[in-house]
Amino acid sequence: MKLHPMIAALRKHKAGVVLIALQIALTLAIVCNAIFIIGQRVERVGRPTGLDEGNLFVVSQQWVGAPSADTPDGVAKLDAMLKEDLATLRSLPGVASAAPINSLSLLNSTWAGALSTKPGTNFTDRGSNVRTAYYFTDEQVLPTLGLRLVAGRNFNAADVQNHGFREQFTYPVVIVTQALADKLYPKGDAVGKTIYVDGSSSPSTIVGVVARMQTPAVGWGDNFAWHATLVPVRLDANFTRVAVRAKPGQLEAAMKATAPALYQVNRLRVLDDDSVRPFTDIRAKAYRADVGMAVLMGVICLILIGVTAAGIVGLTSFWVGQRHRQIGVRRALGARRIDILHYFQMENLLIAGAGAVIGIVMAVGLNMWLMSRYEMDRLPVFYALIGVVAVLALGQCAVFVPARRASNVPPVVATRAA
Amino acid sequence: MFAYYLQLGLRSLRRSPMLTALMVMAVGFGVAASMITWSVFRAVSGDPIPGKSAQLYTVLIDNRGPQYNDNGEPPEALTYTDATALVAAGKAAHQTLFYNVAPSVLPEGNQSLPFIANGYATNADFFGMFDVPFEYGGGWHASDDAGRAAVAVISHELNQQLFGGADSVGREITMDRHTYRIVGVAAHWDPKPRFFDLFSGNAFGDPVQLYLPFARAVDVQMDTAGRNNCGSNADFGVGRDAWLHGECVWVPMWVELPDPAAAKGYREFLTNYAAEQQRAGRFHWAPNVRLRDVNDWLDHMRVVPPESRISLMVALGFFVICLVNTIGLLLAKFMRRAAEIGVRRALGAPRLEIYHQFLVEAGTVGLAGGVLGLLLTALGMFGVGLLFEPEIARLAHLDLSLVATTLLVAIVATVLAAFYPTWRAARVQPAWQLKSN
Repeated sequence: MKLHPMIAALRKHKAGVVLIALQIALTLAIVCNAIFIIGQRVERVGRPTGLDEGNLFVVSQQWVGAPSADTPDGVAKLDAMLKEDLATLRSLPGVASAAPINSLSLLNSTWAGALSTKPGTNFTDRGSNVRTAYYFTDEQVLPTLGLRLVAGRNFNAADVQNHGFREQFTYPVVIVTQALADKLYPKGDAVGKTIYVDGSSSPSTIVGVVARMQTPAVGWGDNFAWHATLVPVRLDANFTRVAVRAKPGQLEAAMKATAPALYQVNRLRVLDDDSVRPFTDIRAKAYRADVGMAVLMGVICLILIGVTAAGIVGLTSFWVGQRHRQIGVRRALGARRIDILHYFQMENLLIAGAGAVIGIVMAVGLNMWLMSRYEMDRLPVFYALIGVVAVLALGQCAVFVPARRASNVPPVVATRAA
Repeated sequence: MFAYYLQLGLRSLRRSPMLTALMVMAVGFGVAASMITWSVFRAVSGDPIPGKSAQLYTVLIDNRGPQYNDNGEPPEALTYTDATALVAAGKAAHQTLFYNVAPSVLPEGNQSLPFIANGYATNADFFGMFDVPFEYGGGWHASDDAGRAAVAVISHELNQQLFGGADSVGREITMDRHTYRIVGVAAHWDPKPRFFDLFSGNAFGDPVQLYLPFARAVDVQMDTAGRNNCGSNADFGVGRDAWLHGECVWVPMWVELPDPAAAKGYREFLTNYAAEQQRAGRFHWAPNVRLRDVNDWLDHMRVVPPESRISLMVALGFFVICLVNTIGLLLAKFMRRAAEIGVRRALGAPRLEIYHQFLVEAGTVGLAGGVLGLLLTALGMFGVGLLFEPEIARLAHLDLSLVATTLLVAIVATVLAAFYPTWRAARVQPAWQLKSN
């Protein structure tokens, strides 16, 4: 089939051709970027925290009229209250284990700091320091959260201290995540080595390494998402948080039993609707914007593709109607049905191809603009190519119905007056 | 003629139902997507205190120095030391400071359990500066601040919960085991975004339940429930006193300055204050202060969530595609009627009349698209909660102005899109059409 007559014919329909090409280009630009955003969000949402998330729940509560955490006396009282709560929670029938913890992965309440292999560094200096998020907890944290120890040992009861939350204290022993250990000691021999926290000059020893644990910060903390440090310290404040692992299948029951049991120990506390939350809830909340964005982009893409396809069907049908007689003449002169069908398909391929070329330029432009304004990565070539194939296929599908109608025009039309 | 053209337009909607349906759907989806995202955007980017947004300023002082500050910007609130000193100086027409508190409230009666109520520890100027409306009583007086009085203002909602909505002025409320005398009950008050409380990230949070004097709250060692930012400088001492008088920032401060001259004067005063601190040896750097008015502050703190901007952008792009689509379909629809146009022109209709007829016809398509768009917008309002935080999603609602905007945007956009097809239609040569038939 020769392209020359086709192009000559298209020049008679400049407006329609430009409109279809433009529409395909815009669709390609938006759909490429939207699918890229969806892909990124889905990847983010799918990241495992490193925690064994099923059967895990968190109890956050506040004391009423608690003693001050700034006096040794007050700290001792607060610690006794926390230990009493822990004992109560651990003795609940549905509970496997429990550990106090200041925050948890995805909870968006972060105690951030920096670790260094050298003492007394200026800890804003990114060169000699690695950013981390601290978890202050006790020796039951590993079984409770389901963290996997890959080297060294767990904390033991003798490691665990307690401090008021505003005190300044040292961290004699810590457990770090694999990612953090690799960053500090790239040779993979972190266990037993010394590090210095937050630019201090008192040494801390790494006693263990866990495979993976995400920091609480979602969003702003993404650049140190896997750099968690566990510290065996019960923090005493007028606010407490405990991570609890329920026995398999008893999550609901254990959560239900929590508030009454704690109130029985001490009524002067505040436990509200948000105080006892399953981890699945925390995960859903942390990623709701990401999931929402992915859904929105998905819906927009679908409608967009539908609208573009409808536009192609509409305009091509119009052209078929306009060229009714010419088609008849071609048929009368010996063109087969399949030739007519191919003619319209080829024509669409030509227009869609031109649109796709413009569309790629626009897609890259849009991506660059998004990168400059929002935190977006570069669009991989792969996505653009998929997009091109998709719009060409879309064009072919959309043109098929009107093209088949055109191929059904009988040759006899040529003999009738227009 | 307009009525006749409108009738023709409505009739032609039925003539080529496929094409019409495609166009109406394109316009409807496009306008609905734009309107849903726009309703969220306008809610989050509105002026929370229209009459006064140019007269209220937040005060910021760099107490960290070039080594530790955020790319030259001072921290986003003040230290206790600076905030109390500046409020005591009283150089502005009005000045207030506050921090977030979340005391437990113990309702009367033995069976009820304590609950947490969010509030602000602030001073008497707060209520007047931010236009807090009152249902009963009023704010406390400056003398109560000075006298560190145990007084409180509670919200309408808390008053409902504790006193069943009765006039509770003069009654007592127990917070963290201390009692306070209620001096006022605020009416429902919930400016969005809550411009003065951005430091703790409460731009779209629930309205607060109570207010108590700043000095009193500090006296009873009520801790801040908001953000406390000590920066990268790790040296913040040990114990409450060291923290209170240290360099951690946790107290937002606002001043009311009626005109630019007052603002200029206050900026000078601030610079002098910082210079004084430098002379005293507390700051080792030149004065670095900011005075930001409400809109400047909302901008600086990036209150409009990025999802809102991106989705608005995507929706507008989507609408543009829908319109391009509509141009093509209108072209097809109008050119099919070349013969009809030829007859009209041959019978003496000037081009202008053809323009009128087809633009009105496009308007009817726009109207139909707008109605569909309205239905989809109403439907989409339920879906907004999927994309945005619940506290932001509930700001989006379908009101009269949104309904009007939706219809107007649909009609105007379609008529604009119709200009090219109409131009083509008006250029139809009458002789040509008549001859070929």
